[in-house]
Amino acid sequence: MAVDSTRVEGPAAAGPLRAVSRFTWRRPGLVTLGQVSAPVAAFLLVYVAALVALLIQSLWTTDSFTGKVIHSWNLDNFSAIADDPYPTIIRRTIVIAAAVTVTCMLLAFPYAYFLVRIASRRLRIALLVATVLPLWVSYLVRVYSWRLILNPEGALNWWLNKLGLPDQNIAYTNWAMWLVFTYIWFPFMVLPVYASLERVPYSYVEASADLGAKGWTTLRRVILPLAVPGLAAGSIFTFSLTLGDYIAPSLVGGPGSSLIGTVVFENLGLANNLPFAAAFATIPLAIMAVYLALMKRLGAFESL
Amino acid sequence: METRATRIGLWAWATLIFLFLWVPIGIMALYAFNSSNIQSWPIPGFTTKWFSEAWHDEEVRDALWLSFRAGLLATVLALVLGSFAAFGLARTRFFGRDAVSFVFVLPIALPGIITGLALNSFFVLWGVSFSLWTIVVGHATFCVVVVYNNVLARLRRTSGSFFEASADLGATGFQTFRYVTFPVVRTAIVAGALLAFALSWDEIVVTYFTAGAQNTLPLLIFGFIRQGQNLPIVNAIALVVIVVSVIPVALAQRLTSDPGVGRG
Repeated sequence: MAVDSTRVEGPAAAGPLRAVSRFTWRRPGLVTLGQVSAPVAAFLLVYVAALVALLIQSLWTTDSFTGKVIHSWNLDNFSAIADDPYPTIIRRTIVIAAAVTVTCMLLAFPYAYFLVRIASRRLRIALLVATVLPLWVSYLVRVYSWRLILNPEGALNWWLNKLGLPDQNIAYTNWAMWLVFTYIWFPFMVLPVYASLERVPYSYVEASADLGAKGWTTLRRVILPLAVPGLAAGSIFTFSLTLGDYIAPSLVGGPGSSLIGTVVFENLGLANNLPFAAAFATIPLAIMAVYLALMKRLGAFESL
Repeated sequence: METRATRIGLWAWATLIFLFLWVPIGIMALYAFNSSNIQSWPIPGFTTKWFSEAWHDEEVRDALWLSFRAGLLATVLALVLGSFAAFGLARTRFFGRDAVSFVFVLPIALPGIITGLALNSFFVLWGVSFSLWTIVVGHATFCVVVVYNNVLARLRRTSGSFFEASADLGATGFQTFRYVTFPVVRTAIVAGALLAFALSWDEIVVTYFTAGAQNTLPLLIFGFIRQGQNLPIVNAIALVVIVVSVIPVALAQRLTSDPGVGRG
């Protein structure tokens, strides 16, 4: 892009403007302050304050009879997390999040490798766009599309029958959630893995081959270790997003598919127990804090 | 380096991944034209009647209008806050700078449910009743980041000597902004705004918590699906939602491939 090349014949900058301009040029800190203060104030007063409000309300209780929030301070909500069925739900959420993360890694690595080493420049760009674009297609609609596909009368069974295979029965099960989460978060895994593979110099691969390594050995000993930060960075998204989701469980999951997000969602909507929902929402926060610390060790933050 | 078998395997893999990503969206699009109101495969024939039925549905129209207004207002808010933040943080180093940029990124780093619930409890705490504005605030939290990132990236790619040269030639700060800075970041700002709108337009996770009893288009779809009602209409609206969010993204993509002013 070219800078506006029209010659500026502006009035030889009037006095007061000139004075203001001179004043601010000498004090860049003041200009920064002026520019940053509005957005920072907005975020502190609303967003950060809201997060604090969440933590505060998690320490309050709800009167089970009137449904009113009582402002008495205690840890009842947190101790209630240990009651059935919550530990099972938390365990299930972590298992599914981990399974989704591993599946996304397995799917994304060869794909990213293909993009970096095999695909031509044009194909690479086209496929990268094709991979990222679904992220902008409504997330709700993409979850819903699987409901149509997995439906017993849906496209998947039709194709399976065409191939002479029996019907699948994964609609409204945890398997369906695993599949749908993998589908939805997959692009988040591809991008960092692609970026990390792209940075592996080809000379490393050649050097490995010169030293007598077979293809698999090079892959395992040279390329894979260099891709670890990318895989770790991608896993932050796949893991974190699964921990907080309530749409997929309610659309493609079944009766035994409640996740952490479902509990929060139901306690706010149906049960009208905001303090407990707030306390429960700190669980994904805590899990993510631990997870981020682990991933930081693998160098994930350098490849975000 | 790769053997022939490996290459063939990788081609096959990439093809399968491509199909995995796009076939569900394609199927979704076909269902929007399903002539039957039974959701089974294959669809028996094509019709466009669900689009006109959706268009004439009062509830759908209200939701469409609400989503549209929320998207526009959230975009405007994000545009102002995000650009200011990017201008302020692009060329400065000060104590707490990283903390400030971290706060802007937080809404997309945390699961949406936490942002949503936090805002919900905040509004309830202060007795703010849910309205268009609570939706707008909720959306703006994660839209600001998009504008911020776009403008920041453009400013970082632009050499600081342009601004100094402008001052050397006698321009005031305002003239520099008008004739140098703004033309440089113009397309980045527009791209950020388009992406912000696309994000806001089909958002549901945060919206659910900040909308109260109102229905944006995604909330209406979510409600219909959960109740198993009006599914043919849902399919038609879903396609509209897809198209309306993909168009601004495609435009933004064109604008950001614009290289900016090189570092000199």
